[in-house]
Amino acid sequence: MARVTLRSMGMANGPLMLSDAEQQMLAGERGEAVAIAMRVIVALASAGGTESLIEIESAHIDGCLYHGPVGLDFAEKLATAGGGVAVPTTLNVSALDLLHPELIRLDDETRDRARRLMEAYVQMGCEPTWTCAPYQLPDRPKRGAQIAWAESNAIVFANSVLGARTSRYGDFTDICAALTGRVPNAGLHRDENRRARIVFRLDSLGADVPVSDELFGLIGIIVGTESGSLVPAIVGLPAETTEDQLKELGAAAASSGATAMFHAVGITPEAPTLAAALGSLEPESVIEITSARLRAAWESLSTTDGHGVLNAVSVGTPHFSLEQLRELSRLLDGRAVHPSVEMYASTSRHTLAALQSDGSADDLQEAGVTVVADTCTYVTPVLRAPRGSTVMTDSAKWAWYAPGNLGVDVVYGSLADCVQSAVAGKVVRTPPVELDG
Amino acid sequence: MADVTLQGRAVLPGAASGVALVLTEPLSFWGGLDAATGKIIDRRHPQVGQSIAQRVLVMPSGRGSSSSSSVLAESLRAGTGPTAVLLREPDEIVLVGAMVIQLLDGITMPVIILDPDAYDSLTSDALVNVAEDGRVTIAPA
Repeated sequence: MARVTLRSMGMANGPLMLSDAEQQMLAGERGEAVAIAMRVIVALASAGGTESLIEIESAHIDGCLYHGPVGLDFAEKLATAGGGVAVPTTLNVSALDLLHPELIRLDDETRDRARRLMEAYVQMGCEPTWTCAPYQLPDRPKRGAQIAWAESNAIVFANSVLGARTSRYGDFTDICAALTGRVPNAGLHRDENRRARIVFRLDSLGADVPVSDELFGLIGIIVGTESGSLVPAIVGLPAETTEDQLKELGAAAASSGATAMFHAVGITPEAPTLAAALGSLEPESVIEITSARLRAAWESLSTTDGHGVLNAVSVGTPHFSLEQLRELSRLLDGRAVHPSVEMYASTSRHTLAALQSDGSADDLQEAGVTVVADTCTYVTPVLRAPRGSTVMTDSAKWAWYAPGNLGVDVVYGSLADCVQSAVAGKVVRTPPVELDG
Repeated sequence: MADVTLQGRAVLPGAASGVALVLTEPLSFWGGLDAATGKIIDRRHPQVGQSIAQRVLVMPSGRGSSSSSSVLAESLRAGTGPTAVLLREPDEIVLVGAMVIQLLDGITMPVIILDPDAYDSLTSDALVNVAEDGRVTIAPA
């Protein structure tokens, strides 16, 4: 180990110690791409005052979604310099649906650049998974695994539900971690930063709270808004809470806030009890989630009352699991989507293949649901409805971002309400029962 | 009033100046910033509608999406980004976005961490100068 002199690299000096292998990477002995990547990792560690780097087992890359020429230049620079990932690496959604290219309404030049970006990451050895829900793939990280994941909902799921360990990584850092196999030994990689410091209680809702998926999105919005960068513990979720519900909660919390991990007491692996989640220390604050707060969150997720025309319905953010796609079929119950409404369900190519194997995908198509793979309806132009249209969604994350991204108005409701509305051709929606009045 | 000088920690050193824009809440660049214009488009953000282009951007920390480094880097290339970012807490999204554009285009957008008291002394519309060593000089508006 040796202390590196970062001043000479134009960086602030710090306590960072690098191993011989890490110094070789920094010095360019493993190629230019690894040297660039190591420089970024070292800068991050240095800025955070970190003392060492740790090795990771796997990575998930968000940088494959096209935002513009800079991201493409960076990926092609690394790929052209011979960059190859050092650990198994999956890829997040892209701007294209390679299985249904006709769905994506990009101009030819942008489409070409988006494809080149995807190709650059595959060239570096990443797996073409194209999903924001890598935890729904077969080989997911085990409890305690040190990983470098990007994509905010995947990060929170990995930490909270799988008990794997990742800080909040983003574009550029993700591929730098994958190329070097290293990240700063900081943040949620370390025991002491994983304990809960703020507690949310659902007690006042009573024992007979009807548990809809919608409720999890609303809890997530509140938790994200109130937690800041603190790790929250949530007390009072039912023992039968599903992974899909925890996925919705985490995605919402990572949208409204910076949440990278939560504990669901009695459910998630590092929270068998509240005391265990808290590391036997006192929380900094305790927040009661009341029906009034849930009602306010429910109202805040819609930008219109939805009494006008309904143009589209979009579900599957984060990517639907096989069970959620089957639930969508069950709710449709043989009925078709109204001809004036576009309806989309987003999922991964992996899940879609499973759905196709028993003919269920055809049923959805016949009902008028367009299944989108490899991408998502709020990160690339899929909707035919123009700006100013009204779109309904069952996803708190979609509701949070789509007004800014797409310029549409959003109505948030349960999956059941989304299906009812899609069939009726107008918004049919009831607040979650316990919030009524 | 006389100029005020603060000592910040330059996590990405560089010299820059501009008129301060203080964000009262963290901003997720992805979903919150239009990189083509530099305007804040997050309807829930208190400074929605304001432009960060060529401003010294002052914000507590980053927020939200993993794609924010990309959006910041795209805006820096397009000339719609800030001239410097001053933060209260180290933020990976801002630092990495700035490092990548320095690597690719040679554009340096300094990133400075200020302690809370120094951070609180910054107000929008003040003329701010950032020096290579992390010193931040404020001329009141």
